[in-house]
Amino acid sequence: MRIIADTDVCVGAGQCVLTDPETFDQSEEDGTVIVLAEHPADERKAREAVHICPSQALSIEE
Amino acid sequence: MTTVSTLPITRSCPYAPPDEHVRLREEAPISRVTLPSGGEVWALARHEHIRTMLADPRFSSDRANPGFPLLLFSQRRVTNFRASLISMDPPEHGPARRAVVGEFTVKRMAALRPRIQQIVDEHLDAMLAGPKPADLVQALSLPVPSLVICELLGVPYADHEFFQTRSSTLLRRTTPGDERVAAVDELRSYLDALITRKEQEPGDDLLSRQLERTTAREELVSLAFLLLIAGHETTANMISLGTVALLEHPEALAAIREDPAKTPSAVEELLRYFTIAEFATSRVATEDIELGGVLIRKGEGVIALGNTANRDPEAFEQPDDLDVERGARHHIAFGFGAHQCLGQNLARMELQIVFDTLFRKVPGLRLAKPSAELPFKDDANIYGLYELPVTW
Repeated sequence: MRIIADTDVCVGAGQCVLTDPETFDQSEEDGTVIVLAEHPADERKAREAVHICPSQALSIEE
Repeated sequence: MTTVSTLPITRSCPYAPPDEHVRLREEAPISRVTLPSGGEVWALARHEHIRTMLADPRFSSDRANPGFPLLLFSQRRVTNFRASLISMDPPEHGPARRAVVGEFTVKRMAALRPRIQQIVDEHLDAMLAGPKPADLVQALSLPVPSLVICELLGVPYADHEFFQTRSSTLLRRTTPGDERVAAVDELRSYLDALITRKEQEPGDDLLSRQLERTTAREELVSLAFLLLIAGHETTANMISLGTVALLEHPEALAAIREDPAKTPSAVEELLRYFTIAEFATSRVATEDIELGGVLIRKGEGVIALGNTANRDPEAFEQPDDLDVERGARHHIAFGFGAHQCLGQNLARMELQIVFDTLFRKVPGLRLAKPSAELPFKDDANIYGLYELPVTW
């Protein structure tokens, strides 16, 4: 499983960081997503983060 | 297709969505409803449909679009300013939001924790030193988020009565049109003068930093206006409602008292359970769009019944139970899509600190009158309580 983030679509809500801080971070400057781990340690948490991303900037490649 | 009575409909129980909306969710989840202003719009009642709609950029947030559902006639008269974030669409919205969202990241909000804790402690100490019963709205619910948003923006808290009264005037549905227009004008003039002062003497605050980014005065006034209003009534009402709900659900309160690590989950559940900004998520279709087997035509307005959707059994098991351990992260109390609440992580932090501190510092806290007699805000666009008499 690999996480793909589209920073052009991201609106910086921070839901991914709140859900799975080991996989995601936010840019200090504009709040957009930074993927810390392309292959997340906790797949369940990462999937939840993808599911609740409000702008659907995150996707999963199996 | 069903046409129902006018929106908004009053709740029969203060802790549940209106019966009529629940019926819609079961029988006609995408239906035509009549607004108080006379126009007909689509109402969406199911969680899945609302998420799909709010994530689809073909549904516009432009409040100047004649098809945009405004609950009141008089709202139309105050939309002639330069748009704030909530009224923008792509490609304008993305860059405008990114210019300010860095101020609200999870990390930046976490850095505010000690200051918020201090504010909460001071207000609770003052309440405990004062007479019983006390009104929790005035003692805690309103001043905490108000002080925090003022410090963040760089708005003098000394002026709080001025903008708090105008904020509640704007959010009350019964406010006559002229008063609504006056409240907007007064607030905008106030913020315009404040920004002029910051141009001369910048401080370490959000508005001063935004001044370095843009000289577009109307845009900055609109942003300040939005953040000030949004930072007031929302968290304040969640503090009051959450306190009542926890007092009335001793098992939920016991769970977070025994293990404060459960408070963040309890806060998500309370946000879902009340969904106080029910009508904030309106849109207008910019082309013909099929949603859930229904054709919504270009120019037609859509209202998301978020409160009802957050009780959708398809999305949450036993949705009418307050279950602080359910992990309700996919609720839409902060909306969904590109416009999802900018201040949501600030709100979460304030609520967590308030509930943890309130029930630790005041272990004997109880309602000073039966909950059935509390003045719930049935006439406001942000649900909540006008007063919350408590004793200890």
